[in-house]
Amino acid sequence: MTARAQRAAKNAEPTAPADPTMDGLLATKEIVVACGPGGVGKTTTAAASALMAAVNHGSKVLVLTVDPAKRLANALGLDGIGNTEHRVPDSAFAAAGIKARGELWAAMLDTKESWDSLIRQHAPDEQTRDEILANPLYQNIAGRFVQSHDYIAMERLYEIHSTGEYDLIVVDTPPTRNALDFLDAPERLADFFSSRLLRWLIVPYRSKLINVATKPFYQISDRILGTEFMGDISEFFILFQTMYDGFVERSKAVGRLLSDRRTTFVVVSTLEATPLREAEFFAQQLTERKLHLGAIVLNKVLPDYLRGRAGTKVAEAMKDRAEDLAAALAPGLGGIGAGLGDPVQIARVLTEVADSFLNFQVVALREMEERASLAVAPDVLATVPFFDTDIHDLSGLLRLGETIWG
Amino acid sequence: MGAPVPADRMTPLLDRRLVFVTGKGGTGKTTVASALALLATSQGKKVLICELDAKGELADYYESPPIEFKEKEVQPGLFAMTMNTEAALREYLKLQLHIPIVGRIGPVAKAFDFLATAAPGVREILTLGKLCFEVRDGDWDMVVVDAQATGHIVGLLAAPQAVNGLVKVGLIRTQTDWMLEMLSDPAMTGLLAVCTPEEMPVSETIELAERVRGETTVQLAAVVVNRVLPELFGRQEEAVFEALTTADPLAELDGLVDGDAAPVLDAARLAVTMRRTRSSHLERLRGGIDPDVPLLYLPFLFTRSHGLRTTKQVAGSLGEELGF
Repeated sequence: MTARAQRAAKNAEPTAPADPTMDGLLATKEIVVACGPGGVGKTTTAAASALMAAVNHGSKVLVLTVDPAKRLANALGLDGIGNTEHRVPDSAFAAAGIKARGELWAAMLDTKESWDSLIRQHAPDEQTRDEILANPLYQNIAGRFVQSHDYIAMERLYEIHSTGEYDLIVVDTPPTRNALDFLDAPERLADFFSSRLLRWLIVPYRSKLINVATKPFYQISDRILGTEFMGDISEFFILFQTMYDGFVERSKAVGRLLSDRRTTFVVVSTLEATPLREAEFFAQQLTERKLHLGAIVLNKVLPDYLRGRAGTKVAEAMKDRAEDLAAALAPGLGGIGAGLGDPVQIARVLTEVADSFLNFQVVALREMEERASLAVAPDVLATVPFFDTDIHDLSGLLRLGETIWG
Repeated sequence: MGAPVPADRMTPLLDRRLVFVTGKGGTGKTTVASALALLATSQGKKVLICELDAKGELADYYESPPIEFKEKEVQPGLFAMTMNTEAALREYLKLQLHIPIVGRIGPVAKAFDFLATAAPGVREILTLGKLCFEVRDGDWDMVVVDAQATGHIVGLLAAPQAVNGLVKVGLIRTQTDWMLEMLSDPAMTGLLAVCTPEEMPVSETIELAERVRGETTVQLAAVVVNRVLPELFGRQEEAVFEALTTADPLAELDGLVDGDAAPVLDAARLAVTMRRTRSSHLERLRGGIDPDVPLLYLPFLFTRSHGLRTTKQVAGSLGEELGF
C-alpha cells in the first residue's frame, strides 16, 4: 500500500483522527528534527522538506545542515558560507523554475566556531574567555570530541529558534554512533557540569588536599595519565566552572525545547533491514521519552511495478522462450535499424532483461516485507521512490519533496 | 605522514595483523568486516574480530549468540568480541598494573567515565590499547576491527598522537609509544575503507583518504567498492534494447508473452541508469584515491538480507578480488 492509500484507508475508519500529513506537520510545527541512521538520505530529506515549506506555505524557513554533499551545498548556496545563515537566492529558484511564496535560508554547522561563540557568550570576563579559548584541552574537545558535535547542533538550534527569526527550522542531525546521542547530549552536558565528581576532581588539585574517598582514583589517574595532565584537566574545569550556571541553564533549556510540542521528529530510513531496525528503535525511544514522532520517511524504495506477479510471469516467459521470441521479433527489430535484427543478440537481451527484473523483484519484495513488519505507527508514513539520479539542485529537491508530500 | 608506497610493495591485506574496517553508514562496513574475517579464517588463519560500536550487530552476520567483551568462537578458528572501554580498563589495571580494584570498580568506573568524557582521547587509547595488546600478546594471526564510520575513524586512529601532545608523562604516554609504532607499520596495520558507488560515500572516502594520510600514521590498505551493479548490455545490445522498447516491437512482445512486458523493460532501464550514474562516481573515486591503493569490487547482492550465508557469499567475492 502506498502512503496515500494507507491514509485513505485510515480515513475510511469512522473513528480515525484527523488525517495528518507531512504538509500539515510542516505548517504547524516550528522545529522539525530529521534523524535516523547514516546513509539513508537524511540531509536531502531535511533540505527537501524545508524547500517544500518555503515554496508552499510562504514561510521563512531555515535548514540547518551538518555535512551536505558538495553539489547540494552549491545548490543551497552554502559553499564556503559556514556557520552563518544565508538566504538561498531568488536566482537559484528562478533557475529551477520554482516560484517560492516564502523564503528559504540555509546554514551549515561548524562545531568549532559554534563552541567558540558559546564560550564568548558565557565567559564572565575577557581573561577567562581568552584562557579557555587558548586551552589545548578545550580546543581538543571543541574540535574532535564526538559528543560535542551532538550537543552543539542542539545548542545552535536553540539559539536560532530563540531569535524568532524563522517560522520553521528544519535541522539535520549529525552522524552519530548512536542515533540517540544527540537527544541525550543536553542532559549529559548539564549532568557533567553539575556533577559532584567534577568538584572531586577539581578540589584536590586546587588545594592539594586529597580525601579518603578520592584517593584511589587519584592514585590510578596519576599513574595512568601523569600528574601534569591531571593538573591541566582540573585547570580547564576550574575555568569552565565560571560558566557553570549559564551552561547548565542553557542545556536544560535546549532539552526543554526538544520536548516542546512545537518540535517534531522525522525519522528517515531506507527499507534495508539494518537501517530500518535502527530507525524503528529510534522511533520507539522518541515515544518513550514523550517526544513527538511526526513522521517516518522511507527513502530509496524501489518502484511498485517491480512487485507485480504479472511481471514475474512475463519475465519468466521471456527467459524460458528467449530464442523463440527473438526469432519472432527479429524481422520487426531489423526493420528499425541495421544490425538490430540478430536473433542471437535479441535472445541475449531478453534473457538479461528478464533476469534483471527477477533480481530486482527479490529486493523489492523484501522491502515490502520489511515495511509490513514496521512496529511503530507514526502520524505520517511517507514512501519516497528510488531516484535514478543524484539529487543536487533545487528542482531535484522539489521532486523529492513532492513525493514526501504524497 | 604515511609516505606512499608503490603497489608492488604494499603489504597484501590478509598479511596484515591488524585491519581496521571503516565506511560511511549504509555502505556495508560490518558486512565487509565480517566477510574479511571469515575469508582470513578460510585461509587457515586464527582470527579475532572486534566490533567497536557495541550495537551487537556482528552476531547477526555469523548467526551466533550475542557477542560480548570476552571473545568467543563464532566459526571454526574465528573469534568475536565487542569493545567495552570500561572492561578494557579493568583488564588493563588488573593485568598491567596489578591494581586490586576488582570489587570496587563501581565508583572508580564512574570516575573513569567522567574522566573519559572530560579528557578526549582516553576512550580511544583504551580501545586501541586493547586491540594492539591482542595483536602483540594474543594468540591471533589477524585482528579485524569493525571500526567506526568514516566520520569518526580518524579521531580514533589519531588519538595516540593527540594524547602524546597532551600527556607528557605517565603510563598512558609509555603505552602510546609502542602502540604508535605498531599502527605506523604498514606491514602490520592497515585501514580498509568501504564505500558504494554513490555520490556521498565516494566523496567521504576521498576525503577520508586525505585525512588518514595527513592526520594519522595508519596506511590506507585498500578501498572496497560494495554493491557494484552488473553490466547488462554491451553497446550493440543496448541499441537492441532501445529498439525493443519502441511501440511496435513492444506491442509484438506483449502479444508473444501474453502479458504486459513494459514493467520488465522498465526494470532493465532502471538497472542501466543506476549503473551509469554509479560508473561516474567510480571514476571519481579512482581519480581521487592514491593510484597505489587497490580498489576491490564486490557485486550488488540481490537479497538485502544478511546472515551467515550472505557473509560467506561476500567472503567468496572478496577472496576472488584478492586473487584466492
